[in-house]
Amino acid sequence: MTTARTALRRTLTVAAAAALAVGSLAACSAAGSTESGTADDLDAALEAGGKLTYWSWTPSAEAQVAAFEEAYPNVDVELVNAGTNTEEYTKLQNAIKAGSGAPDVVQIEYYAIPQFALSDSLVDLSEFGLDQLEAQYSASTWGAVNVDGKLVGLPQDSGPMALFYNAAVFEEFGIAVPETWDDYVQAGRDLHAADPTKYITSDTGDAGFTTSMIWQAGGRPFQIDGTDITVDLADEGTQKWTGVWNQLVEEDLLATTPGWSDEWFKGLADGSIASLVIGAWMPGVLESSVADAAGDWRVAPMPTYDGTPVTAENGGGGQSVTKQSENPALAAAFLRWLNSDPASIEVFLESGGFPSTTADLEDPEFLAIESEYFGGQKINEVLTQASKDVSEGWSYLPYQVYANSIFGDTVGQSYANKSDLNDGLAEWQNQLVDYGNEQGFSVNE
Amino acid sequence: MTATSATAPPGGATAPEARPIRSRARSEWKGLAFVAPFLVVFVLVFIAPVAYSIYLSLFREQLIGGNAFVGFENYLALFADPQFWEGFGRVSLFLVVQVPIMLALALVAALAIDSARLHASGFFRIVIFLPYAVPAVVAVLMWGFIYGDNFGLAANINDWLGSVVVTPFAREWILVSIGNIVTWEFVGYNMLIFYSALRVIPTDLYEAAELDGAGPMRVVTGIKLPALRGAIVIATIFSIIGSFQLFNEPNILRTLAPNIITTYFTPNMYAYNLSFAGQQYNASATVAIVMGVITAVIAYVVQLRGSRKEER
Repeated sequence: MTTARTALRRTLTVAAAAALAVGSLAACSAAGSTESGTADDLDAALEAGGKLTYWSWTPSAEAQVAAFEEAYPNVDVELVNAGTNTEEYTKLQNAIKAGSGAPDVVQIEYYAIPQFALSDSLVDLSEFGLDQLEAQYSASTWGAVNVDGKLVGLPQDSGPMALFYNAAVFEEFGIAVPETWDDYVQAGRDLHAADPTKYITSDTGDAGFTTSMIWQAGGRPFQIDGTDITVDLADEGTQKWTGVWNQLVEEDLLATTPGWSDEWFKGLADGSIASLVIGAWMPGVLESSVADAAGDWRVAPMPTYDGTPVTAENGGGGQSVTKQSENPALAAAFLRWLNSDPASIEVFLESGGFPSTTADLEDPEFLAIESEYFGGQKINEVLTQASKDVSEGWSYLPYQVYANSIFGDTVGQSYANKSDLNDGLAEWQNQLVDYGNEQGFSVNE
Repeated sequence: MTATSATAPPGGATAPEARPIRSRARSEWKGLAFVAPFLVVFVLVFIAPVAYSIYLSLFREQLIGGNAFVGFENYLALFADPQFWEGFGRVSLFLVVQVPIMLALALVAALAIDSARLHASGFFRIVIFLPYAVPAVVAVLMWGFIYGDNFGLAANINDWLGSVVVTPFAREWILVSIGNIVTWEFVGYNMLIFYSALRVIPTDLYEAAELDGAGPMRVVTGIKLPALRGAIVIATIFSIIGSFQLFNEPNILRTLAPNIITTYFTPNMYAYNLSFAGQQYNASATVAIVMGVITAVIAYVVQLRGSRKEER
């Protein structure tokens, strides 16, 4: 196989025509290696029916399961809300350690996927031919469910970042929508100077936000090659971000309201938190939890360093099939329906989710939606563009869930002291290196 | 076997002794049958988890590389772990400051209610006790709203004063804020322990004191406080255990002050985060065992000192 491929590769260099042949041959060999299952097997499994357990906290899960059971009456899916993000991961981790109790299909956010993929807890879905769905998904979300050459999940939603801002506040204080980060920092100064109760944004140190910001700035602090890991939280991209964000932190221009607290939602409603740089799933949250500010908010592209549009993913996730599943073919079939069947995605979109499927992202109907909450703005035009501008080549640590849990202990201290973020990042790096080595990886060695 | 047969006296002497031994053995078995239900539960929910924790603490399981016996390495690592000692120091400070304040308040409340000089003492008793009936999670959420320095009561006070004075979530105040919550929660509970101890003092002692011309303060120092010694020792031990196990209050407040309350703020939080965020079950078990031993030793010393004074 390898020799054949090298031989073919050699011919590739000889003639362009040969390249086409290689492409088709490679496709053939890939299809040939899927011994344990194909799309037909999945259809057969759906026909045969059975029972599945599905863990999810997404608001659309219940309606999706109901629609699925209606379409496939032989299959009985038990939906369990095992808690939101880390709560669920804790339970999943415990079930994996115990060797039983894990669901067949489980929701996992992109940042946590490598952790479960690494412990070999997730089924490689290319065994069931689901790798052929690649073209349906945006590149960044597809990259997030592929770990070490294995397809360990299918993307559900995505969170390309954009700038959500309170236009009423911006207008009142004569602040222009910032296009670069320098503008953004200046806007923060101007706003806070004009009204000390108002802040350009809130940030008390959030690992998900920080990693996404580093991602956008071009930093790639986590390099993973099997169990060899490099952590460099002082790389060029990271320092580019701290260069901007340090100004906001040190000049006390950030609201110190922890994200997702009641105070935070109040701040978003009354204008004291004037903007958020956050994932494209935010509109649904604003509509449901910050209803008072309807009409005030708008969306703009994420500010950049040099004017070239570039963004990053923030949050979002997909579903995976666990190795503990007794009927992986059926589980994979359910997952295929869940994240690629139009009937399922319609339910998902109705619940306010932001899709990862390109067909839906580019659907003229989707793009033309005029959001009432956003004063009639066609927000999906901005957000879909953002999904195309996501910078490539990012990866999370295979123990990112733990990494994020100690973010407050380390980088959070810089936030609390209003001091240089680089110090906190260095401490974060130290602890991540120690932990990784303790756990048997070789980190920075 | 050989040793027993060699030392065994001649046959005639053993016969009469055999019967009482056998019957004692039988009655011992009967006794065991009475405590068996307790023992089964005790073994299941106490001995087994402790044994399993000790077992865990002697191994090290890695995400890559599996499980290996490491002897006491986890303990050595913990003794050299500054994060553990920082948490331990914090709960120790909490213990020496908060517990005396709480117990003194509880004592004053119990004496006041018992003094018979208070109108509606039943009302005060229930009101002081009520916070204990509020679930800790609810209580902390409630205090979280009061402490909130952006929109909470603290913010209102700051607005009224015109400057930022009240900052319950600041690093230098957070332990005081937590101590305040814990005191609020447990004064009533401790008050009840003291109060019930006061109620069992025979009234003829008071009559005798009155005849001897003792004033109310003399009654307190001469009769009530000595009678309360046992209750104070018990309450102190409970409070020591509670302080070392401090978890609920800081863990819930963490969502409001994520950078101030670290993941190793108290030893219990450290153990929790080690196992549930970092999958370091072995290190977590080690923390649990070490804290268990420290708590047991300190509680035992307090009990010993308390009862020795009583004997004198």
